[in-house]
Amino acid sequence: MSKDERGRAPRRGEPYLDEPEAKPFWAACREHKLTAQRCSSCKRIFGFPPQALCPHCLATKHEWVALSGKGTVYSHIAYHRSWHPAYQDRIPYNVSLVDLPEGGRLVSNVIGCAPEEVKIGMPVEVVFEDFAEYTLPKFKPVK
Amino acid sequence: MGNISGKYCIVGIGETLVGKRPDATTNSLHLEAIKACLDDAAVKNTQVDGLLTNQPLNDAHRSYAVKLAHMAGIDPLFATDLALGGATPIAMVQHAVMAIDAGMASTVVCVHARKRSTPDPTPGHPIRRGDEHWEEPWGHFAAAGGHAFAASRHMYEFGTRSEDLAEIAISTRKHASLNKNASMRKPITLEDHQNSRMIVAPLRLLDCSLESDGGGAVLVTSAERARDFPKKAVAILGMGQHHPHFSLLDAPTLTTLGGKRSSEMAYKMSGLGPKDMNFAQIYDCFTITSLITLEDYGFCKKGEGKDFVKNGRITIGGQLPLNTHGGLLSQAHLEGQLHITEAVKQLRRNEVEPERQVANAQVGIVSGHGGSLAMHATLILGAI
Repeated sequence: MSKDERGRAPRRGEPYLDEPEAKPFWAACREHKLTAQRCSSCKRIFGFPPQALCPHCLATKHEWVALSGKGTVYSHIAYHRSWHPAYQDRIPYNVSLVDLPEGGRLVSNVIGCAPEEVKIGMPVEVVFEDFAEYTLPKFKPVK
Repeated sequence: MGNISGKYCIVGIGETLVGKRPDATTNSLHLEAIKACLDDAAVKNTQVDGLLTNQPLNDAHRSYAVKLAHMAGIDPLFATDLALGGATPIAMVQHAVMAIDAGMASTVVCVHARKRSTPDPTPGHPIRRGDEHWEEPWGHFAAAGGHAFAASRHMYEFGTRSEDLAEIAISTRKHASLNKNASMRKPITLEDHQNSRMIVAPLRLLDCSLESDGGGAVLVTSAERARDFPKKAVAILGMGQHHPHFSLLDAPTLTTLGGKRSSEMAYKMSGLGPKDMNFAQIYDCFTITSLITLEDYGFCKKGEGKDFVKNGRITIGGQLPLNTHGGLLSQAHLEGQLHITEAVKQLRRNEVEPERQVANAQVGIVSGHGGSLAMHATLILGAI
């Protein structure tokens, strides 16, 4: 990994599709399904990023379950500066922390409205954006 | 378990010139800080038996502390790198105390330097914060973004405004204007703050700290040995840490951070409380960080930070001078290493420009904060 002119790590901007714990998540996104790990023992949702053992009870078994795709905006920001060439033409753009009712939170984008229209507590639902190599879950306001 | 309060001291400090240091390297800045610290304490490198450092940000490798020790002619009985981001400088002092208390070392230098303003030609591999690949695909790249999430949420929960955050930027800049070793010394106004460009809304350019070159170090030893050193020793009265989450994805809240429990531990250890503090050097990577920490440290109730920072209260001469050196916002961003050295100078007295000296400085609190608003460490220091 080389560094930038100020010694910082380069900005990658893409998910690691082959990370063993996260592979099923990215595969489901490709099929436009939002999924999470549920503990086979305590039945709670792990949250993100995916991991090997249950973060609540350390049980070793889990299953991937489909989520409702609903969410609530916990907080939102608008990037007015680009840290990555791919975002140069997109500023200002929204980034939100979206809480999922089943448990867990994602960093994502609320799309389909202007950044200033995004509000904390706003109900949102998942939409999928397909790229050549991967699919990202994003969110749109619930009408 | 004995209380360590008052049993260990800081007996030496070193600060390099900060700002743009094009001819320096990360390694040279560390050595410069160590030398300044040992000179201040009037000790030889051969009398130091412990060294702690931060993982170097632009060349992460195993045990930089051991490398640095031998570069500085120190044969350490105790050495390691700590990795708590901006909480590291304070954590180093805490680990030094623990090592000396355990009998593993007697005289420990804690050093951190950073080269982030001008390029460091030294080859190497930069460190990552971790879990960026669960943020970057959605365009979340910067520390400014993480802290903007906290600001946005604080504004929602408590009605805090950008103009309130400006109070911290303006007061901190005033202090920097009085500090010869500060990068940004031109005073700013509310208008300047509000007209500064948006970086990640709701944070503007003047809510953000600097990218700096520089370094600092402190020397820790026992109160008994401290008597043999020429400068006034500063006592370590209380210490605490708390790390309530790792990433934005598992943060139970972004408006109360590790500072709450970390400061509670430090207050308990010292037998002191917020009202006893004559000044506060509070980590200020962004203005919102200081606002939340002032609340978490009990200087005001949660949500009342916006009123607390008004009317000169946090400016030198006010009730609680905040970041009397100019902080990360206006002096230099060295992960808070200089928050500690500044606190020591204030408590020794007559070591800063007279206009910057806090009258009757007897006790002060220092905070460190790192990662995605994740790590927190506290020190309470007192004059002897």
